[in-house]
Amino acid sequence: MEAADALASRPRRSVGRRLADLFHGRPGLQVGSLLSGPVAWLVVGYLGSLAVLLAAAFWNVSALTGEVSQTFSLDNFKTLVTEPVYRTIAWRTIRVASLVTITDALLAFPIAFYMAKVASPRARSALVVAVLMPLWSFYLVKVYAWRTILSAGGALNWALEPLGINGPGYGTTAVWLVMSYLWLPYMIIPIYAGLERIPDSLLSASEDLGASPFTTFRRVILPLAFPAVVAGSIFTFSLTMGDYITPTLVSNNQFIGNVVFNNITNNLPLASAFACVPIIVMIIYLLVARRLGAFEHL
Amino acid sequence: MRGHGKTHPVRVAWMCAAGLVAILFAAGCGSSSSSNRNTDMAQSVGKGEGQLDLIAWQYYVGNPWKTDFEKQTGCQVNVKVAGTSDEMVQLMRTGQYDGVSASGNASARLVEAGDVSPVNVNLVPNYKTIFPDLKDQPYNTFDGTHYGIPHGRGANILMWNTDAVKPAPKSWDVILDPKKAAQYKGKISAYDDPIYIADAAVYLKAHQPDLGIDNPYELTEDQFNAAVDLLKQQRPNVGEYWSNALKQISAFANGDDEVGTTWQYQYFVLRDKGEPVAASPASQGFVPKEGATGWSDTWMISSSAAHPNCMYKWMNFIVSPKANAEVAQVFGEAPAQSKACEPNTLTAAAKADGYPVNPKFCDEYHAGDPSFWKRVYYWQTPLADCGNGSSDCMDYNDWVSAWTEIKG
Repeated sequence: MEAADALASRPRRSVGRRLADLFHGRPGLQVGSLLSGPVAWLVVGYLGSLAVLLAAAFWNVSALTGEVSQTFSLDNFKTLVTEPVYRTIAWRTIRVASLVTITDALLAFPIAFYMAKVASPRARSALVVAVLMPLWSFYLVKVYAWRTILSAGGALNWALEPLGINGPGYGTTAVWLVMSYLWLPYMIIPIYAGLERIPDSLLSASEDLGASPFTTFRRVILPLAFPAVVAGSIFTFSLTMGDYITPTLVSNNQFIGNVVFNNITNNLPLASAFACVPIIVMIIYLLVARRLGAFEHL
Repeated sequence: MRGHGKTHPVRVAWMCAAGLVAILFAAGCGSSSSSNRNTDMAQSVGKGEGQLDLIAWQYYVGNPWKTDFEKQTGCQVNVKVAGTSDEMVQLMRTGQYDGVSASGNASARLVEAGDVSPVNVNLVPNYKTIFPDLKDQPYNTFDGTHYGIPHGRGANILMWNTDAVKPAPKSWDVILDPKKAAQYKGKISAYDDPIYIADAAVYLKAHQPDLGIDNPYELTEDQFNAAVDLLKQQRPNVGEYWSNALKQISAFANGDDEVGTTWQYQYFVLRDKGEPVAASPASQGFVPKEGATGWSDTWMISSSAAHPNCMYKWMNFIVSPKANAEVAQVFGEAPAQSKACEPNTLTAAAKADGYPVNPKFCDEYHAGDPSFWKRVYYWQTPLADCGNGSSDCMDYNDWVSAWTEIKG
């Protein structure tokens, strides 16, 4: 009777049951099927497009038709090195990205420290919401708002008028201001997370051993929170390096992204070659960041 | 890190990734391209295919004329609005569209790359009554072969804030002469596109005749460098380079910019908002004394059009008197169709658009006045071929890289 039941039930086993049997005891298959989708996306969609972009940097464009001709040459890189304007633009971009990063770090640290160590739980959640709130609004709205603030008859000049000074107007300073505003939350959140991980007992111990608050900050908090600052700086630095909309709206100066954007439709190879500059800068930056232990806090 | 004497899984992953990237890389390096014009011209127009996919400037394909066309022909129109000529070229190369309203700085690129087919003007009955000075132009006819149907034209005009700029400027020197422009330092508005170099060439043509500039898009190295130098001197005086109309409108409305080059569209928007702006009056032909750059747009048919019959029907429809009058009044440009300027047609079109009736529309825009258009240099793709047998002119790539240098 039992044997007959078993025979009858065998063909009726569901697909799910059979799949489960297939995966049972085969960890390689389990992990492989779980990761194949994301990995394929990463390799084909992400690294693949990057590879095509880098390949295009070695091509040329026909002046007559504007079509890309796929013959190998280093002309684009030669242009980037020999024409001083591209060095000026690359240097300006790196400089503003560094300035934005430093500004954001200086602004974010006290805020994050207050959130992590001083504020009551209720104030802390309110502050987290307040910090994240600007991220919910649309990017262009924020930049256009700054455009109005910085304009000749805008709020900033109105506020500074009684002091007898003028606002910076549109220009590289304006780009620095707007970018610092835009990316500040990306700096606060990692630092906040990093500071929260420091046990209060360490601070008490430092105090008990006679360290002044400043010494505690310098010898205990800063070394422990520094990797978090570096983690935040990766966001602010790379976001500033890649942005091309803010510069067109609040300045006349070109950044790497603007040159890439202006060339992408009629000289893709040159745009690709210039796009290698931020990639190289970011690789160097990430190698340094890894040295500083930033990836433990991402 | 684990080490079991086997190949490390991370290393395997890297090898797989590198292999895939190499395959993609090889796929990316496919066939090489060569420039050749397409010469397949349609010999008849059959029944419509029921659909039409167009690339156009904003307001070129709109209502009421779009609906009228769909009712007449049964071709449902899908339109992709493009912001710049470069974008139009890029979109046409996808091969997914039937036609495009190309300006002169895109048309030559499309023709030389074989992206568009010749147009059999005998299949477009309304072509006969198009203004003669729009036919057989270097941006729509190549070696005697027609590659498109003219749509309409306009000039890039000078606009200024009447409170700040006095007396009313009559010449482009107000923004291009280094001394005069310095008066408005930081208040000058300039167009953010390599083609703006031609505006400097138009100015130099009048003010430095010894340079021998004839066509501002066919510049030898010396002429080109003079134009580029002029714009480099203008650079410190520029308040803003504008790339989209909205940006320029906000700059003039906030008082950040006070004088500069513009399109009719921005001028009318600011004027209708009550801002104190003015442009060269009709008595000066709407443009400063040196003349101006401008555009003349052409409907072209894709060489890979999936709906060629509908495209031919569209090219005939959009230059039919009423439709051409409708689009010209909505966009603010001179119509290409001479019959669009008949008072009854203009009135009917304005009523259909819901616009105030203006029987003098064509006079104001100089639609039928060839002497006016002689002073307007339509956008053209700069090519190495100077048009006079010599080929040492600066090509569009030179223009693009010079523009990067000018902006710095």
